[in-house]
Amino acid sequence: MTDFAAIGLELAVAATGLAVLLLDLWVRPEQRRWLTWTAVLAVAGIFVASFALTLPEPARLFGGLYVLDELALFFKRFFLLAALLVLVVGQEFADRFPAGHAEYSALTLFALTGMMFAASANDFVLLFVALELVTITFYVLTSFQRRRVASLEAGVKYLILGALSTGFLVYGLALIFGAAGTMNFEQLAASPPAVLESRLLTVGLLLVLVGLAFKIAAVPFQFWAPDVYEGAPLPTTAFLAVGSKAAGIVLLLRVWFVAAPALTASWAGPLLVVTALTLLYGVLCAIPQRSLKRLMAYSSIANAGFLLLGFCSGSAAGVAAVLFYLGGYLFAVLAIFLVATLAWRGTDTDAIADLAGLGQRSPLLAGVLTLGLVSLAGVPPLAGFFGKFLLLKSVLASATLHPGLYAVAAVALLAVVISLYYYFGVIRVVYWGQQAAAQQPPILLAWPARAALGLCVFGLLWLGCFPANVLNLAQLAAQSLPWR
Amino acid sequence: MANLSFIIFCPLVAAVLIALLPRTFNVLFRAVALLATGLSLLGAVRVFAGFDSAATGLQFEQHFRWVDALGIGYHVGVDGLNVGLVLMAALVAFAAVCVSREIRERQQFYYILVLAMAGGILGAFASFDLFLFYFFHELALVPTFILIGVWGRGAQRDYATFKLTLYLSLGALVALIGLIALYVQAGQTSFNLLHLTRHLALNPIAPGTQSWIFGLLLFGFGILVSLWPFHTWAPLGYAAAPTAAAMLHAGVLKKFGLYGLIRIALPLLPAGAQSWMNVLALLCLGNILYCGLVALRQRDLNHLLGNSSVAHMGFAFLGIASLSVLGVTGAVVVMVAHGLLAALSFALSGFLYHRLGTLEMDQMGGLLQRLPFVGGVMVMAMFAGCGLPGFANFPGEALVLFGAWESYRTITVLACWGALVIAAVYMLRAVRTIWHGPPLDRWKDLVDAPNLWVKLPYALLLAGLLVFGCFPRLLTDPMQPVVSQIVQRVQGETATP
Repeated sequence: MTDFAAIGLELAVAATGLAVLLLDLWVRPEQRRWLTWTAVLAVAGIFVASFALTLPEPARLFGGLYVLDELALFFKRFFLLAALLVLVVGQEFADRFPAGHAEYSALTLFALTGMMFAASANDFVLLFVALELVTITFYVLTSFQRRRVASLEAGVKYLILGALSTGFLVYGLALIFGAAGTMNFEQLAASPPAVLESRLLTVGLLLVLVGLAFKIAAVPFQFWAPDVYEGAPLPTTAFLAVGSKAAGIVLLLRVWFVAAPALTASWAGPLLVVTALTLLYGVLCAIPQRSLKRLMAYSSIANAGFLLLGFCSGSAAGVAAVLFYLGGYLFAVLAIFLVATLAWRGTDTDAIADLAGLGQRSPLLAGVLTLGLVSLAGVPPLAGFFGKFLLLKSVLASATLHPGLYAVAAVALLAVVISLYYYFGVIRVVYWGQQAAAQQPPILLAWPARAALGLCVFGLLWLGCFPANVLNLAQLAAQSLPWR
Repeated sequence: MANLSFIIFCPLVAAVLIALLPRTFNVLFRAVALLATGLSLLGAVRVFAGFDSAATGLQFEQHFRWVDALGIGYHVGVDGLNVGLVLMAALVAFAAVCVSREIRERQQFYYILVLAMAGGILGAFASFDLFLFYFFHELALVPTFILIGVWGRGAQRDYATFKLTLYLSLGALVALIGLIALYVQAGQTSFNLLHLTRHLALNPIAPGTQSWIFGLLLFGFGILVSLWPFHTWAPLGYAAAPTAAAMLHAGVLKKFGLYGLIRIALPLLPAGAQSWMNVLALLCLGNILYCGLVALRQRDLNHLLGNSSVAHMGFAFLGIASLSVLGVTGAVVVMVAHGLLAALSFALSGFLYHRLGTLEMDQMGGLLQRLPFVGGVMVMAMFAGCGLPGFANFPGEALVLFGAWESYRTITVLACWGALVIAAVYMLRAVRTIWHGPPLDRWKDLVDAPNLWVKLPYALLLAGLLVFGCFPRLLTDPMQPVVSQIVQRVQGETATP
């Protein structure tokens, strides 16, 4: 496989983004929404094409900078699917952008390119470049509603804190390079013991992990999430919650399990503490929230905690559980944001109370929202349940080696119960909230929105009831990490 | 039709079908729901009739591959233990749809939820795969939540809804952790219950480990069954729930925890069971005595029924704690009997609430003159609740008390007191205040159940109570081999520690 054929998926996405930008100059304003639909179709085509790609064995390209293995492929498909749905959410949200909707789609595609590169990063340089491509596009996407002060404020906050996390990352990279003389994950792992035990490398790696913890919003680097999630436009928030977090997770997977497995294995204790704190912080702070976006921000922090459970278990089963969990998380979060976008069309609100009466206005939207929330809460027969089941199972299976895992499992259990309270609180508002629902008109849905809703529901139920296929893919992907 | 998957999926498929119908077809929703639960009931009756008590092993077994990577399969079947429970669940589900006539708002959504709940319940009792068992049980969680929230009643509705949901989820999750721990400790890549039972009989888990896993299962399942002191969600929740939800939940879903203890915890963790039974025997006194006394003080009929239902669960716990063939058999009979009884009581109280607009017992009186049929059935149900011979509760409670006498004499005496005196006092007092005495003027226009069709659900449930009360062998004979096997497993543990 030549180098450029291997990055074909990324190139196709980037080319679509550029095409959307360029065509925007010639297409008449009333026809611009077709640009987004074209982009959606292109992304769908690339997603389908990704299944034509078969990997007899992992390919290392560009001098080992870039790796194409099952793990990378799993995440590339994940990001394509996420971006596909985010583009639909963005299109439904278009009435709330003052201008430049085509640019919004193009930027989403560029962020997607960055995420797809991140999925293949096998080197700290590519890690950094891919992450910056994602982060910088998100600065713009966050402040895209430029007449809305909250949106601008969120953009600035994200810029400052993002720059801070980039600072950590760069400093960490410099120290690692100074200590080991290589940026490649595999070469680093194969370094002589003297290097691996040097304090310089330890500090450098810690700083890189801090930078990644920012991305996935793990305690104590979670504080940016609620404000940014709340201020950003709905589709951006959705993409932040799904895409940006998953990009952080895949990089964390590679750094944690490939670059320095021996070193990170010795950090199991602190990881347990971080996981437990992230879980508790997320669920406890979510309880009093009145804004759906803030609620989802805290929920996203709590979900970072659930994802870290898979790291805690430190086994292939744990990583497979993380991947499966992300799949369910994607459909649930995007279902929720899609419904929110459709239900709040023509308004400027994000209050949960404003969902009151949705059960009567549109049983379909209410049903999809309920499925999304219930899946996040982890109740069968939806994807979220199976994900949580796999995570808990992997944690308990490893607990015989590390008894601290029992404590973390107990915390996770508590977190699930608390999270039920706030997710079900939203369902309560939807079905029997206080609102004169009769005056509100029913909601009309265009067919692309219906198709996207259908895709989300299908994904939630399919992953929940027939998990075998995706689980096999996840297990295959988990196998491409080096397990001793 | 005598096919367990048919029984389970009839309601679930009907739920999907109703979801696809246009919103204006109000008549059809009810018709489809009745048809689906009716077919389920017919299937369950045929399974019960076709069950061969002489044969050993599973009958009507169905096994499909599901998630091979984890050893999870779709595996349903019946043996003596659950054949009666499946019949009871199908009967209650049918009756619950029958009494839903009072629902006028958002009927489509209502029937979808009730059917989803019914399908989940039926599936849970027929499963022979640990994962499937849990999966089906949890299907009912969200429907229960929305049913109580939207169609529930009373000022405390919101509080009760969340309390019930959170308690049940906590219980279910604790039990889930226990089930996963059991799976991990067994070291097998299969969730198949039969496989695990065989494997663990030969290679038991270390007693210390068994003990903590059993603790998780005991309290997890215990919360689901309203084990004292984790019972407070139950009376509140049932008082707030719409009739059908209260029937399905108090009648059937609550038995899931007991069933889990007997089916999974006892045979797979015999040493663990030994170490916890004294605790369980003490806690069940909390159910029988404390909740009985609380029931004495209630002014609201549904609160009375709710507390009495919690109190009755104490007998099932006592039967399990006795670890004797008689006691465990009695516990299962109590489960079936109480399922029918609770469903009948809540169905009737729902009828009363619909007609009277209140369930304050002080505001009723002399109603038997106005409502001879409903009143007559309710009086019989209340007699059944005090354990009168002739109703299914009597053989169940008697077996439990006989079984428990050997191991826990003091506790059995106290439980007898709770069963015979306290239950009789609150039930008879309720009969007096509601049905006897001078008729009040404000109720002079009350109309009894008008025709056979309306009377059907009450008559069916009452018939179930009477049939199993007069012929308890219908339940106990098929159960005999399974229960003695389970008890031998646990008792064998004491012989060779």
